[in-house]
Amino acid sequence: MTAALEIRDLQKSFGGVRATNNVSLTFEAGSLAAVIGPNGAGKSTFFNLISGALRPDYGTVRVEGRDIVGLSRAEIVKLGIARAFQVASLFSTFTVGDSLLAAVTSGLDQSERMLSRFPPPQASSRAEEVADMLGLTSKWRTKSSTLSHGDQKLLDIAIALVREPRVLLLDEPTAGMGPDERWRMIEKVREMWTRQKITVVFIEHDMDIVFAVAPRICVLCYGEIIADGTPDEIRANARVIEAYLGTPNAEAPP
Amino acid sequence: MRALSFSRALALAAIVLGLLFALLSTTANHALMDFVIRLASLAIFATSLNLLAGYGGMVSFGHGMFYGFGAYFFALTMQRAGVSIPVAIVASILGSALLAAIVGVICVRLKEIYFSFVTLAFQMLIHATILAAMPLTGGDQGLRGGVPRPPFLGLNLSNQKQLCMFSAFLLIVCLFAMHHVVSSPFGATLRMTRDNADRAAYLGIAVDRVRLKAFIIAAVFASIGGLLQALFVSGAYPDFAYWTVSGEGIFVIMLGGTTTFLGPLLGSVLMLLLNDFVSRFTEYHGLALGSVILVVALGLRKGVGDFVVDWLSARSEADASERTKTTEAAS
Ligand SMILES: Nc1ncnc2c1ncn2[C@@H]1O[C@H](COP(=O)(O)OP(=O)(O)OP(=O)(O)O)[C@@H](O)[C@H]1O
Ligand SMILES: [Mg+2]
Repeated sequence: MTAALEIRDLQKSFGGVRATNNVSLTFEAGSLAAVIGPNGAGKSTFFNLISGALRPDYGTVRVEGRDIVGLSRAEIVKLGIARAFQVASLFSTFTVGDSLLAAVTSGLDQSERMLSRFPPPQASSRAEEVADMLGLTSKWRTKSSTLSHGDQKLLDIAIALVREPRVLLLDEPTAGMGPDERWRMIEKVREMWTRQKITVVFIEHDMDIVFAVAPRICVLCYGEIIADGTPDEIRANARVIEAYLGTPNAEAPP
Repeated sequence: MRALSFSRALALAAIVLGLLFALLSTTANHALMDFVIRLASLAIFATSLNLLAGYGGMVSFGHGMFYGFGAYFFALTMQRAGVSIPVAIVASILGSALLAAIVGVICVRLKEIYFSFVTLAFQMLIHATILAAMPLTGGDQGLRGGVPRPPFLGLNLSNQKQLCMFSAFLLIVCLFAMHHVVSSPFGATLRMTRDNADRAAYLGIAVDRVRLKAFIIAAVFASIGGLLQALFVSGAYPDFAYWTVSGEGIFVIMLGGTTTFLGPLLGSVLMLLLNDFVSRFTEYHGLALGSVILVVALGLRKGVGDFVVDWLSARSEADASERTKTTEAAS
């Protein structure tokens, strides 16, 4: 079977900075993997390249065998790649419910219909299902901009999830949260992964979380993949230890 | 706030139209009839601008070009082609849609202030073209000789009362149609592109295409406002296409409010009343209008319509919490 997401020799530079350097990774369908790395390692850039926000200088990205380099964000999402953002990216005047309903509507290819009413009746079951899965049902009528930080991150994920993607990219789902909230969040992510049976790749800074949750960990450092394996393999990897602990300048994981 | 359902909006439109007809059929007051015609023209225009600026986040400084274009195109079609009024209306709609498609393709890609200024530049271009095309448009003298108004379907629009009824009808039909657009999936998508165009693109929405469609729809309704004005004054003047028309539109939606669908209608009523009232007492009516907008903008920090809606919803929330308190106390 072809992999859900196959990346070959991906490269991207900003001026002199090599943000992504010869990255090759394969994610099997239905897998869960974490991408870790110090600040500025190129993690978000990696997601930007896959989701079509940035065009790589070189390399290929295949979704279920299909090359997506050069396609627009809208075309890529239609092929089944969705993402959530490091800083929640919401529709500030929409309620939680309307955000999800509108996202479903776009998935139904009805977002430009003018003769019917919003929301289309078929939209509600999926929107409610996702709200329920991420624990947002009680906030259904709350305006996005007035949600708590944690709920904003959840809604951000929910908006991506609603379109039933095959690959879901989560950029630091626990960013800006306290320790307890982080664990609640990552539990929700894991539960969602189990229930939806999709490929999930998440970026995470909290090492306790990463080692507890991710069956596979990819370590990015200065744009390069320096290690890729199970938590045990990563813990024992000399280059990772060096990158995180050896050099005094490197950002130590929390 | 969820929009009215289709059947309720339709029922409301029918009732309002019925009441207007009943009221207007009994009146012989010329000032009132004129007021209704001018209101219809301004409110259709202002609501279309709100569709673009309020719902779509595209603050056009040149929306008046479609008002002026609609007026000239309609008046010229009536004068030269000798067709019936409904045919000329349809022709004006198609003409302005075509113009909007051309202008829009260039403008909708632009962000915020650039969008505003490029629309303004196009408006100046249209205005200058009207002035320059003397033989066709009459240049700065305006299009004279009157707009023929042959009767159709038993309606004679040379008759002030019938024109007034017709204007009320067009106003209600246009408001209903625009309300339907903003309550549709397209309307929700348009608001998504306004709130966060990047995220909308990540949901598979073709942002520029959505913006272009909204631009064309808004232009079509603006042109209907313009042609109504041409019917009213039986002519068309370069002022109709001047940038001050766009400015007045923005003034009206700021006055009435941009977050409620009927805000611009309320703004139009206030604007016309202010105009008529103020110019009766002073020639410095710009001074008075400027002061009013300052008071509204600085005092309420939103349009009058927004203010009323917020006040009502705050009150009903207070009522609701009051009720839960009393039921809690009772139990
Ligand atoms: N659009 C851009 N233009 C120029 N430079 C960029 C751009 N995006 C990222 N960079 C640079 O690329 C490098 C990698 O940035 P990136 O945001 O991918 O890191 P990150 O691993 O996500 O970091 P963090 O943990 O802080 O989120 C940084 O040096 C950053 O300054
Ligand atoms: Mg990042």
